[in-house]
Amino acid sequence: MNGPLGRRALLTGWGRTAPTSAEVVHAIHPDIVDQAMKAAGSDPALDRGLIARGLGRSYGDAAQNAGGTVVDATWLDAIHQVDLTRGLITVGAGVSLETLMERFVPMGWFVPVTPGTRMVTVGGAIAADIHGKNHHREGSFCSHVTRMTLVTPTGTVELSPRSDPELFWATAGGMGLTGVITDATLQMIAVETSYMLVDTERATDLDDVMDKMVTGDAGYRYSVAWIDCQATGSRLGRSVLTRGDHARLGDLPVRLRGDPDRARAFHPRTLLTVPITPPNGLLNPLTVGMFNEFWFRRAPRHEVAKPQHLTGFFHPLDGIGAWNRLYGPTGFLQYQFVVADQQGETVRRVIERLSSLKLASFLAVLKRFGPGDPGPLSFPMAGWTLALDLPIGFHRLDSLLDELDQMVVAAGGRVYLAKDSRVSSEAFAAMYPRLDEWRAVRHRVDPDGLLRSDLGRRLGLCGDARPRPARKRPAAKKKRAPAKKAATSTATNERSSR
Amino acid sequence: MIDATGRPQSVLVLGGSSEIAQSILAKLCPGRCRTVILAGRDGPKLQAAAEHAAVVGADTIETVDFDATDIDSHAKVIDGIFRQFGDIDLVVAAAGVLGDQEADERDPVAAARVITTNFTGLASAMLVVAARLKAQGYGRLVVLSSVAGLRARKANFIYGASKSGLDAFSQGLSDSLHGSGVRVTIVRPGFVVGRMTQGMDPAPFPTTPEAVADAVVRGIESGSAVVYVPSILRWVFAAMRSLPGWLWRRLPG
Repeated sequence: MNGPLGRRALLTGWGRTAPTSAEVVHAIHPDIVDQAMKAAGSDPALDRGLIARGLGRSYGDAAQNAGGTVVDATWLDAIHQVDLTRGLITVGAGVSLETLMERFVPMGWFVPVTPGTRMVTVGGAIAADIHGKNHHREGSFCSHVTRMTLVTPTGTVELSPRSDPELFWATAGGMGLTGVITDATLQMIAVETSYMLVDTERATDLDDVMDKMVTGDAGYRYSVAWIDCQATGSRLGRSVLTRGDHARLGDLPVRLRGDPDRARAFHPRTLLTVPITPPNGLLNPLTVGMFNEFWFRRAPRHEVAKPQHLTGFFHPLDGIGAWNRLYGPTGFLQYQFVVADQQGETVRRVIERLSSLKLASFLAVLKRFGPGDPGPLSFPMAGWTLALDLPIGFHRLDSLLDELDQMVVAAGGRVYLAKDSRVSSEAFAAMYPRLDEWRAVRHRVDPDGLLRSDLGRRLGLCGDARPRPARKRPAAKKKRAPAKKAATSTATNERSSR
Repeated sequence: MIDATGRPQSVLVLGGSSEIAQSILAKLCPGRCRTVILAGRDGPKLQAAAEHAAVVGADTIETVDFDATDIDSHAKVIDGIFRQFGDIDLVVAAAGVLGDQEADERDPVAAARVITTNFTGLASAMLVVAARLKAQGYGRLVVLSSVAGLRARKANFIYGASKSGLDAFSQGLSDSLHGSGVRVTIVRPGFVVGRMTQGMDPAPFPTTPEAVADAVVRGIESGSAVVYVPSILRWVFAAMRSLPGWLWRRLPG
């Protein structure tokens, strides 16, 4: 390599856990992606691979590549083509959903799917196959992607669900391990205003909220429930359910109706940014309990068709910059899983387990998914999904979450890789039974395993989890403990019988 | 890789037969740790440690001949381990001997051997390890120091001095690795009741290998730079270090 392409930097995900350092290459042009890919492949001393990174909103280690190359794709921020009559736009993979909203909402087009934050890139949205509050109706992000450009170690490909469905869907939810997305074409959805009409109601317990969602969700385009995870006993699972749809101009109050520009305005502001990382323990059972009580009581018992701006409905936390710092220096994680419709009992058992431990989950969100798309590693599938933010530092959090994994596996469910920072490779393989199918596609475009991330290493997706054969005769003297075989099989049996 | 809750998947122990290291493995292997490499002087103790690692649940266990005092071999042996096994998440620098203070005071060669094992040898090995971890972009280095190094006592100042050197070296190494993704955790136990201290009268606030292992695992999770076991020793030794000499000399033991 003729001088380093990048600069060494320490990276973490949004949860601020498990930092690792990598050469960060600013992809100021798609050609840089090509060059970085070639450089990473050509230097055998630096066989640490490459992964793309967007705005770093994955909670765990998905956009990190220890000792290797990380391509900062936020530089790919061009808007290439716009068809305002059909709502088809082609943009660089580094364009954020916030940018799309700022530019296109005033023109009457909204992103087809948005998660709880606008601060994600289009490339990241595809790599994680993100979902939003409209999944039960409109599916996940990749269902609205009509084509993309993917730079793989074996070449750059134009990809659509028709041209190469296998690679397209392996990339949807493939966490960047099939290539670097440089641009994509999205089908936007038509909106008249930047406002929502929102119905809010409180639910007294988990049965109540699940019942309301099962019977009522079909009538709403967007639906989500916030759950107070600390409520116990008869109030277990008490929640606030918010559902709605985009407001038409005629739905809005007169002051907005008469001013269509204002009714379509989209100028999000960050109200404040958390300036420092406070010590651990700011978000503890007491403070979270107080917040939960406040949040529940603040919500109206029942309110119908209240106009609310898009930002407040979809992205309340984006108003606070760097809110992840509130969890303190040791960071936090999000545990999000999905189980089938008839496995609602698993959701109850998880909430019961957490509330019995008085574990402070600041954010607990329940939602119903519609059918998933064909991606073998795509997270959504028809059923219930629960997301929980949990601070690191609670003693036994690791074994507690392993326990929840087992409940999720037993219920035929799975956890969301974009949020994951700790699932075991064994549990992961049980959750995603089509993993081998995905591996085969990855092998086709990346036979040497050049695309690597910390998440991929941790879960054995890059072939790196296995010890590599020594290049030379190792200096180390190998000796196997004589009792190893017998002892190991006992240990394995013990583990699997748990 | 090390996960968000601080659990490593692979561990290299320098001083593979260390009792504390075995207790650490007993905590880590039921979690995510599958690969254990025990580097130490070959012999029945190292083989017993390998068997113990299998019992607590490691899948891949290798013993590697490593002698802390054979400094010329360190680069070759440790580089060989990283070449063979790829990334190593956690390295525990556990090699150490207590020596026999009274005998060693009369035998300078034996005294120097204690210092070479505990300090010089580990310093050399840790430099090789640090370069490897830095290149892989992440990793944890746990160094078994001792409160004995905080202020040398007449009763064990050879051991204390060696730990003091190791401790200072590790602090500097830790700072030099800041921002590289590699973190160093220095563990300062008090009197550990176990094989090394067999037949000795325990000092105040004694601890056990299990308690040290617990503290180490928590320290890895929270990213602590220094861990005292038991934790009260942090304050006890803050006071001890400022005792006047005449009082310090009169302390029992």
